[in-house]
Amino acid sequence: MTTKLMGQGIQRVEDQRFLRGKGRYVDDVHADPATLHAAVLRSPHAHARIVDIDVADVLEIEGVHLVWTYEDLGPLSAPMGEPLPLLIPHPDLTQGRTQYALAKDEVNHVGEAVAFVVAEDRYLAEDAVGRIKVTWEVLPPVVGVEAARAADRLVHEDVPGNIGARSEQKTGDVEAAMAKAPHRLELDLDIERSACTPLEGRGTVARWDPDVNRLQVWSSTQTSTGVRAAIAVKLGLDLGQVDVITPDVGGGFGVKVVHPWPEELLVPLAARALNRVVKYTEDRREHFISSSHERGQIQHIEVGFDDDGRLLALDVMFWHDHGAYTPYGLIVPIITSTQLLGPYKPEVYRVVYESLYTNTVIVTPYRGAGRPQGCFAMERTMDAIAEYLGKDRTEVRAVNFIQPDEFPYDQGLIFQDGRELEYDSGDYPASLEKIKELIGWDEFPAFRAEMAAQGRTVGIGLACYVEGTGVGPYEGAHINIETTGKVKVATGLTTQGQGHATVFAQLVADELGVKFEDVEVVTGDTRRMPYAVGTFASRAAVMSGSAIHLAAKRTKEKVLKIAAEALEADEADLEIVDGVVSVKGSPGASMDLATISVLSNPLRYAFDEASKAATQFSVGDPGKPPVAEDDEPGLEGKDFYSPERATYASGMHAVIVETDPDTAEITILKYAVVHDCGHLINPMIVEGQIHGGVAQGVGGALFERMAYDESGQLLNASFMDFLMPFVTEIPDGIAIDHLETPSPLNPLGIKGAGEAGVIPGSAVFASAIEDAERIPITAMPISPSELFTLRALHAETPTTQERPA
Amino acid sequence: MSAQDTVRHGEQLHLIRLRVNGIGHDVEVPARRLLSDALRHDLGLTGTHVGCEHGVCGACTVLMDGKPVRACLIFAVSAVDAEITTVEGLTEPDGSLSPVQQAFSECHGLQCGFCTPGFLTTITAGLNENPCPTHEEAREMIAGNLCRCTGYQNIVKSVERAAEITQAKEAESA
Repeated sequence: MTTKLMGQGIQRVEDQRFLRGKGRYVDDVHADPATLHAAVLRSPHAHARIVDIDVADVLEIEGVHLVWTYEDLGPLSAPMGEPLPLLIPHPDLTQGRTQYALAKDEVNHVGEAVAFVVAEDRYLAEDAVGRIKVTWEVLPPVVGVEAARAADRLVHEDVPGNIGARSEQKTGDVEAAMAKAPHRLELDLDIERSACTPLEGRGTVARWDPDVNRLQVWSSTQTSTGVRAAIAVKLGLDLGQVDVITPDVGGGFGVKVVHPWPEELLVPLAARALNRVVKYTEDRREHFISSSHERGQIQHIEVGFDDDGRLLALDVMFWHDHGAYTPYGLIVPIITSTQLLGPYKPEVYRVVYESLYTNTVIVTPYRGAGRPQGCFAMERTMDAIAEYLGKDRTEVRAVNFIQPDEFPYDQGLIFQDGRELEYDSGDYPASLEKIKELIGWDEFPAFRAEMAAQGRTVGIGLACYVEGTGVGPYEGAHINIETTGKVKVATGLTTQGQGHATVFAQLVADELGVKFEDVEVVTGDTRRMPYAVGTFASRAAVMSGSAIHLAAKRTKEKVLKIAAEALEADEADLEIVDGVVSVKGSPGASMDLATISVLSNPLRYAFDEASKAATQFSVGDPGKPPVAEDDEPGLEGKDFYSPERATYASGMHAVIVETDPDTAEITILKYAVVHDCGHLINPMIVEGQIHGGVAQGVGGALFERMAYDESGQLLNASFMDFLMPFVTEIPDGIAIDHLETPSPLNPLGIKGAGEAGVIPGSAVFASAIEDAERIPITAMPISPSELFTLRALHAETPTTQERPA
Repeated sequence: MSAQDTVRHGEQLHLIRLRVNGIGHDVEVPARRLLSDALRHDLGLTGTHVGCEHGVCGACTVLMDGKPVRACLIFAVSAVDAEITTVEGLTEPDGSLSPVQQAFSECHGLQCGFCTPGFLTTITAGLNENPCPTHEEAREMIAGNLCRCTGYQNIVKSVERAAEITQAKEAESA
């Protein structure tokens, strides 16, 4: 038998084109040498009314083809005059608001799209944008959660209190449980905004073909099918008239799942209006001020516990900053509120949140999607309990773990997919043992003493999380075995660097018994697979992986049926090895997949020698129809996978930091990860995902923040000023160990792995810095100057976690 | 009409010859056209990527006379006298991967691949200067380039592996 590829660190097939500069990202698409280029006029104000827009000068500029403001859109397509879709409605989102493709009357954040220009090249288009004159009536902005809560100014006049949604979930009577608890603590926590910031920004290219009334769109998106549906609705086209192709994508991390972006509608609309190919490529400043951010929350936690640290009552209230609009609904705060519980089982839990409007960039899921905040809340609470009781932080966690024999475990809440938050599998005590071993938890006191003797300050931190991955509703796959014997696989979700072409080919090679090199995978092309959801929420491997596995099974069934007839053998006696079907034990009786593919399609015409063998005059029983009633021509298999609910990956991170006694610089000495995503398809790729996630977690904990001033200007909208980790900022080597508790929910026993690395970042660093400094750390990210200030404050008035009266 | 007289959309064009990957290309560009845009859009060498257009991320790094430079911070007209190497020019004459490219493939030194050309050119120049970097020097060699996917660990490993491959090749041919 061929060696099984699942579980092997196969080198990625897609690397060959990337390494040679042959990748095709949207801005590389060269659909037409006469392509026109778009640029967008963006609001310079956080909150303002548009009194007048004067575009008179613009069309006179040589090389400018089109300039649009809001007034121009409705006449071209009535739905374009309506606000953009609210993609994920929720009953608690009583005051949902979305922007217009181009601002109508009012803008609500710096960067909101106001006018759209198409010209011969991007330089000219930007020149033209600079000539548009807007008369503004500037309004007072609402910046930050505190300002939104104060509500003495409103973002949207008709939204009282700036409250877009107020939501509550509970599992029992929290007041009664709290009152009975022997010990109680309260914590106030704060996390700032960060953002996905993929190296490639957004981009869209569109071509309208008037000969067939069809639109072809390339977009750097995490959901080709979503973009397709949105464009069809907004441009008044049938779904069948729109093809969306997602070529290589230069990173997503969540921001590219928001759709449609205004430019994803304006570019196709302009392509149709001008009958020319039109391209838009976002620049870096635009990405900072007109795409999306995440993370900003303020949290208040009350916890009641017993002498062992067991959670008897957990009462959480948080205020979530969702920015100026809510196109992606409440996904982020729902995830925070539910995934906050992690591997623990409080006896009673209540969570209330308010999702608030501010005059800042919209907030939508960023890798981890609300979980880093939830993990921060829960793990800070665990550390506070340990501190209060004078217990080891790992002991307090261990007494609260859901035990391995308690799965499936229902947390009694509703998750982001509208299903029960029911964990499928896991083994948290085993993970804890592994992480303690990896980081050297028990040896740390000796290390600390050794360092102290040298005048050095070190601290150790730990954080645990559970991540709902592989949410539905479904994904599908189509497999076609060509008459060359090559296997073509199409799945509709997209790829942004996760190695899908490799891992999916591994699954197909295993199931079909073909060579890995003979499998080619296509993602994100609605022409090849029009039914799909998208790549986000660590769902691709679980969803498309399962669908591909099922489709391969179907294809194999057909292969064996045809081969059994041709070889006059029983299907059960056949095996496929390296693309050759043979009767087990009779090597002479065999047939390759190319031949079976030819036989699967009874032909009218012979194109070549192979097809000659398949003409209706050469094959089959002349007494029967060439294609049987229950059959189809071709060697294809299609299937869909739709799970009952999400799978729950889990993990634990630990870090040892050193803090400089003079400069308060925070140095990472050691970082360790234990990760359970069920069965691994390709450990090399999973570990790559963890490395990348940890780097983003380090960024979120120590560096990244969106520095808004009081007027709502983003002061650090460039890579000069927004600090993302370079190699110099990340740990030199991450210790990783895996645990594999297979998910019972899918045929491969897998769980998602994409976001795990980033989730505990702020929690684990806060824990370690607090341990080093003996000062409560309640706000992240934390810079050296902030730590320095905290030290000074603490020296003045020593603070401890609030104790009950 | 001389090249200097050519005007497009009110902007004077300059006929320049860019030498890229050993081949001369004649292009007409306005003075303000960035080298990155000229390479990508005028010459169709889209391997060089643009991540920030202010010289920080390094995705657009190309070699000018063997030295790494940010193509987004250079005007095309000021590159006329240089020998430019882009990622497309890194492969061996027979089309096989260079040691640095090979090392990235072996060590999983890339994910989305967008920043990769800038890393490949940077490391190629770095190893020319310092063929046997220590671990610290390998980290330093890539410290001017941003990557959002890989967490850098495997890129550092790729630098070290590329040095090994180069040395093995040299030993073989010696």
